[in-house]
Amino acid sequence: MKNIFLIANKELKTYIASPMAYIVSASFLAVTGFFFVASVSDAFAEASIRGFLAGAVFFLIFLSPAITMRLLSEEQKLGTLELLLTSPLKETEIVIGKFLAAFSIILLMFSLTIYYTIILLIYGVPDIGPIFTGYLGLILYAAATLSVGLFASALGPNQLVSLVVGSGILTTLTFIDFIADRLTPNIAKILNQLQLGGSFSVFDQQSFGISEGGHFADFARGIISIGDITYYFSITLIFLMLTILILESRRWR
Amino acid sequence: MFWLSSLFCNRFYNFNQLSNITMIKVNNLSKYYGDYPAVINISFELNKGDIVGLLGPNGAGKTTTMRVLTGFTPPTEGDVTIGGFDIIKNSLEIRKLIGYLPESVPLYQDMEVTDYLEFMGKIRGMSNSKIKKRLPEVIEIIGLGEYRNVLVGKLSKGYRQRTGIAQAILHEPKILILDEPTIGIDPVQVIETRGLIKELGGNHTLILSSHILPEVSMICKRVLVIHEGKIVADDKPSVLSEKLKTSEQIELSIKAKNINEILKELRNLNFIVDARQSLTNQETSTSDENINLIVEVKPENNAQEIIAKTIIEKGWGLIRLNSIPMTLEEIFMHVTTDEKQKK
Repeated sequence: MKNIFLIANKELKTYIASPMAYIVSASFLAVTGFFFVASVSDAFAEASIRGFLAGAVFFLIFLSPAITMRLLSEEQKLGTLELLLTSPLKETEIVIGKFLAAFSIILLMFSLTIYYTIILLIYGVPDIGPIFTGYLGLILYAAATLSVGLFASALGPNQLVSLVVGSGILTTLTFIDFIADRLTPNIAKILNQLQLGGSFSVFDQQSFGISEGGHFADFARGIISIGDITYYFSITLIFLMLTILILESRRWR
Repeated sequence: MFWLSSLFCNRFYNFNQLSNITMIKVNNLSKYYGDYPAVINISFELNKGDIVGLLGPNGAGKTTTMRVLTGFTPPTEGDVTIGGFDIIKNSLEIRKLIGYLPESVPLYQDMEVTDYLEFMGKIRGMSNSKIKKRLPEVIEIIGLGEYRNVLVGKLSKGYRQRTGIAQAILHEPKILILDEPTIGIDPVQVIETRGLIKELGGNHTLILSSHILPEVSMICKRVLVIHEGKIVADDKPSVLSEKLKTSEQIELSIKAKNINEILKELRNLNFIVDARQSLTNQETSTSDENINLIVEVKPENNAQEIIAKTIIEKGWGLIRLNSIPMTLEEIFMHVTTDEKQKK
């Protein structure tokens, strides 16, 4: 536990000292801000953060791997992974520590978006329930995407490759329903269950970037379902475990 | 210090078993990368306080051996026990005993020296109060005082090396493993670093790798020569140097007509092992009159002087005379052939 905190603390300090976190946060605010404005600027617009959520869900496909890409790739490139793995640290502690650092950064980033809700409260009468579930869903979604990103980062020393692989996995999970449509119904049923939640029809006035059949739709609507929570938890855990396995595999070779 | 020296005397007279504690025991260790054998069937034992050099050319298996000892890569075959712990079953316990500087000197570029060292101390399980006490000591010993608040990425190569050594000794490990600690730094810093390592030796079981013989002789009390994944010699450096000094080569260029006459004359000298025409120079030499020879001599203080005198007395023109330093490959050739002859 202490070791997890040590790693997380070190990574957080590195994030804060490097420009990456600021660039990511700024672009996140810019993109989600655009989606938020687009969703509330109609004459009869609904006072909700659905636009923000849609933008966030869509953009995190690329931003989460950008946040996590250096976490393990850089260690491999600098060779410092050799020092970490020859210290009395468990692979699990290293991976969870790094994950928590990235997760903290993304929570900080989300906290900057509270002002969307404040604007809604000043100029309208928003329904608080869906805002709450929306943020809950977003946090779970972020954990899942960061875990995929961290997995990609463990694969090799090149940060750019990690970014592309991470975004690639997330993109595939996002348009998996398009693939499912073209396969037999039974397989389609399973694949549809894996849909990450976002959608590439970001400029559709109804859905923006949230897939109707995906796991995020209910959160955006104000519904908390055990299935959706389980899905995001599972993705997070599976990819964290895969990351740990990759690091441990060094000891079997 | 007395205890240490008595320890090595014991080793020399070969009744060491009573007074020494075995720290590292490597038994028939092999490591394959795919089909490529990096280390083949090596065994050795190191005692507490030993200062041992792994000597070998690049790719001989030094780094692989060290990586196995640190638990970074598992052995393909064989057992390794460190401080009584098995390298695979009790990896975590072993890692607590070891301070390690990998060959590439990996450091986090964007941390200040003290922050980096603090972090490394903490992940090795040091408490905050212990770090507070130990860190200034280490910075003092290593000579990083001026640079304590500089970003690691901005340090020169020599000071990075020092920071690397500092992180390895910070937690006062029982075993210190340094992989090529003087590679890639300038000569002045090499001398300083060697001195530093030598000072550290007394408190740790120290394993050092190098491809430079004098460096190992200077620092280590025992040398393991590794060649193509095998240990080809295991001795005190002085013994090893003696062994290697069985012959020395001298290159000659003589202005004379008859080569056989010269060869005959040289072979009459009692310390000369062999005299032959140099093949490489024959091709490149433009002048037909110069005869190029390679003479192998037994170690003799004034061999060159006597050879020069003999040639001049005969009335031949001595154009060039210089001794050829033995290359590492030749040293290994000697060591390997010696071993074979013994068997």
